Amino acid sequence: MSFGARNVVNVDHLGVDDAEIVGLAGESGSGKSMTTLAVLGLANTVGATVAGSIKLDGRELVGLPEKVLIGLRGSRIAAIFQSPSMAFNPVFRVGDVALRALRRHGLTGSEATGRVEQAMRGVLLSPDLLRRYPSQLSGGQLQRVAIALAVALRAEVLLADEPTSALDVTVQAEVLELLRELRSRDGMSVLFISHDLAVIAELCDRVAVMQAGSIVEQGPADKIMSAPEHPYTADLLASVPAIERRA
Amino acid sequence: MIEIPEAPAPAPTPAPAAAQGSRGWLRSNPLLAVGGAISALIVIAAVLAPLIAPDPGDAGSATHPFSVLKPPSAHHWFGTDQVGRDILSRVIYGARVSPLVALFVLLIACAVGIPLGIAAGYFGGWLDDVIMRLTDIVLAFPALLLALALAALLPPSMTSLTIAISATWWPWYTRLIRGQAASVAGRPYIESCRALGISRRRIIFRHILPNAITPLIVQVSLDVGGVILTASALSFLGLGAQDPTPDWGLMVSEGQTYFTTDWWVVTFPGLAILITAFAFNLLGDGLRDLLDPRRVILR
Amino acid sequence: MAALLEIAGLEVQFGPVRAVDGVSLDVAPGPFGLGLVGESGSGKSTIGRAVLRLVPAAAGRIIFDSTDVAALRGRELRDYRRAVQIVFQDPDNTLDPRMRVGPAIAEALAAHRVVPRGEAAQRVRELLEEVGLDPDFASRYPHQLSGGQRQRVAIARALSVQPRMLVLDEPTSALDVRAQARILELIGRLRGERRLAYLLITHNLAVVSELCEQTAVLYLGRVAESGPTAELLAAPAHPYTRALRSAVPEIAASARAARIVLHGEPPDATNPPAGCVFHPRCPLAIDRCAVEVPSLREIAPGRLVACHRAEEVLAGIEMPEPPGAVESGTEPSGTVRPAPAPSPPAELAPPPQPSTSTSTSTQSAPQPRSKG
Repeated sequence: MSFGARNVVNVDHLGVDDAEIVGLAGESGSGKSMTTLAVLGLANTVGATVAGSIKLDGRELVGLPEKVLIGLRGSRIAAIFQSPSMAFNPVFRVGDVALRALRRHGLTGSEATGRVEQAMRGVLLSPDLLRRYPSQLSGGQLQRVAIALAVALRAEVLLADEPTSALDVTVQAEVLELLRELRSRDGMSVLFISHDLAVIAELCDRVAVMQAGSIVEQGPADKIMSAPEHPYTADLLASVPAIERRA
Repeated sequence: MIEIPEAPAPAPTPAPAAAQGSRGWLRSNPLLAVGGAISALIVIAAVLAPLIAPDPGDAGSATHPFSVLKPPSAHHWFGTDQVGRDILSRVIYGARVSPLVALFVLLIACAVGIPLGIAAGYFGGWLDDVIMRLTDIVLAFPALLLALALAALLPPSMTSLTIAISATWWPWYTRLIRGQAASVAGRPYIESCRALGISRRRIIFRHILPNAITPLIVQVSLDVGGVILTASALSFLGLGAQDPTPDWGLMVSEGQTYFTTDWWVVTFPGLAILITAFAFNLLGDGLRDLLDPRRVILR
Repeated sequence: MAALLEIAGLEVQFGPVRAVDGVSLDVAPGPFGLGLVGESGSGKSTIGRAVLRLVPAAAGRIIFDSTDVAALRGRELRDYRRAVQIVFQDPDNTLDPRMRVGPAIAEALAAHRVVPRGEAAQRVRELLEEVGLDPDFASRYPHQLSGGQRQRVAIARALSVQPRMLVLDEPTSALDVRAQARILELIGRLRGERRLAYLLITHNLAVVSELCEQTAVLYLGRVAESGPTAELLAAPAHPYTRALRSAVPEIAASARAARIVLHGEPPDATNPPAGCVFHPRCPLAIDRCAVEVPSLREIAPGRLVACHRAEEVLAGIEMPEPPGAVESGTEPSGTVRPAPAPSPPAELAPPPQPSTSTSTSTQSAPQPRSKG
């Protein structure tokens, strides 16, 4: 993926299977957020071009016309971002936003409402909260509404770009728990992007470590976290402060 | 399942260096270049008026009864007016009148607006309320009408014009600066300065002022055109410049009775107003783009 | 040994919100670190600002070196600002973008006449070196530096006035992992070299574990528990500390304990719950918690806790998870839960009712944690 002549992402291979959470770890500037945009077909919105191949269930995404991509976004590939308040238009109630998204993907009014309410309960939020405006919900709640929307749309893949970085630790724990449930209960695939290695270690089944646009190491989470092969990974792991245990 | 297989790999190249040197700068700031060039020309014309005007005496109270209302010709490029004066010379000398008024008006507006704005924005509280209410009162009057009223009260002259327009102009700058100052005052680095024990006076002059003033610079250049138009309008109505001052607005006013038969008397001064206002507008637009804070950070 | 900084009964009010509600803390003379841990709304950043007199205290006292800080004026206040300095969280906005690094540091030096004007440039270079930066950075603008480098400049500036105590407000939250590690290392080194005392404000338990001898855990403007850091983290005496501790993700699988998931959101500060402010989210809440505010008491040498069931928590009572608790947010904060009779220690308390109350404030949504 490039900005003009500058190549910012150069990924050989990165895959996410059904019911799997794959972590994409790296520091800022490593290109991990760019990868999200590329998958969603939104790279051109920041002035970048994409070359190569991105496949969803064997179907090529790169080069698809915008109309087709719009159909895919949300319903098959959903995304949540670091700042949940930016994902919702502050002028509309969150419920309205959710319903509109569902209707656009072909659901009728009552069907849509039913799904959304069920999804809300699935993320442990009362459907009453749908009547609220984004400013009336906390960061953690908004993030869960965003996840509920992905669930309601029956998205197969969820791209989560630093979804918990701006949340309190206790709220983060809740959201992570939720993502785990989605994987086990609903078989959702998640690409979890974060600079927080500890979160990735706890949540993800497999991990890819990115540095300056390339993946330097990839593999099962346990293995990478305990026995990293690449010096950059080792360096990152060594930098994470740990709560010291004194006997 | 989602897969991102191999992407072709051109070797990473550094970002193309921002256009270097003056030529690159010109290319990336066409508005600024054009506006700046024309504005500069106008200023030069004003300064060098006695040297470039073919008939400098005509800018004053000369009359030439035998050359009345001559159309544009090789001898008089812009023709002559109703008392036989060379219009070209008067237009050139006019560059000294309106822009000078604009200069003083804006200087006064800044001299009043900046201190008031900073005081209101930085200190807040009752001072802010008082200053803002004062500003609101003045702003409640339509600017042109207010200027009109003031100019009508004072003996008609360029000075009165300047005073009248300044009186309506300062509130805008006060508001602008106040907003900026308040915003800057709330930023962490100001809090940092306070925590470091840096004196209030230094905070205001060294930190608040430079950071608050950028939009004002842009606004001022945009306003030059605006003031010139206002001054011309008031002169047109007879409230500012008086004959024989070669003010463009006045020239348009005096020439309007002859418009249908001798179009040049009105047209050239009118064009002068148009081009000047336009040039400074371009300059302002260009400056705004140049000074855009986002640009500063991206550097 | 007399404390260097003594905070007693501090209260800070912002309009209707009581950000700090009766907090008492001590900071010993350097080298020493006191950690202030809490999530958003806990009041930890406000305490830091109050110590620097950047926000006014509504009640309580702040005593530095036997002097009441609130009473200081003019020259004395300025001298105080030499002794105590602060480093803020956001490196992007801590420095004036229009000022080069060198003059920014020199400005602090000049404000207190730390060195004669002629020597300022030299001192600036020394300070930059001390924080691990190339002295040539003095001629750079902030936007030409990385986040971690800007934070170091901020630290250099704070150190320039030779403070005895530093308040560090989330110094690493906005930084990348490796930059974080370097800053923490820097703080550790400065602590030794300059015999600094510091108040380290953070939401990250691992950070206090590394750098602070003592830690206080804050919740909604009050101290939930405080004590020696190692003991506090190994054996928490407050349910909130335990939940917080268990919520911290760990890289090493072996270090992970059973996750205690707290449902609900940090409560609305304009309408705090009655009794113990934590009780609506507390898995161990009983009747008494909804009515009586627990006072901060010493349950072991040096360990202060504000919880009615602190002894049980300390003893390691199991904390149940409310099953499928659905957040409705329709009840006002502070709903009384029908609770069982207080059970003897080591018995599981039946799970509280599912309806967890949430903030209904329309004024200001709870802020992301980075704003403390």
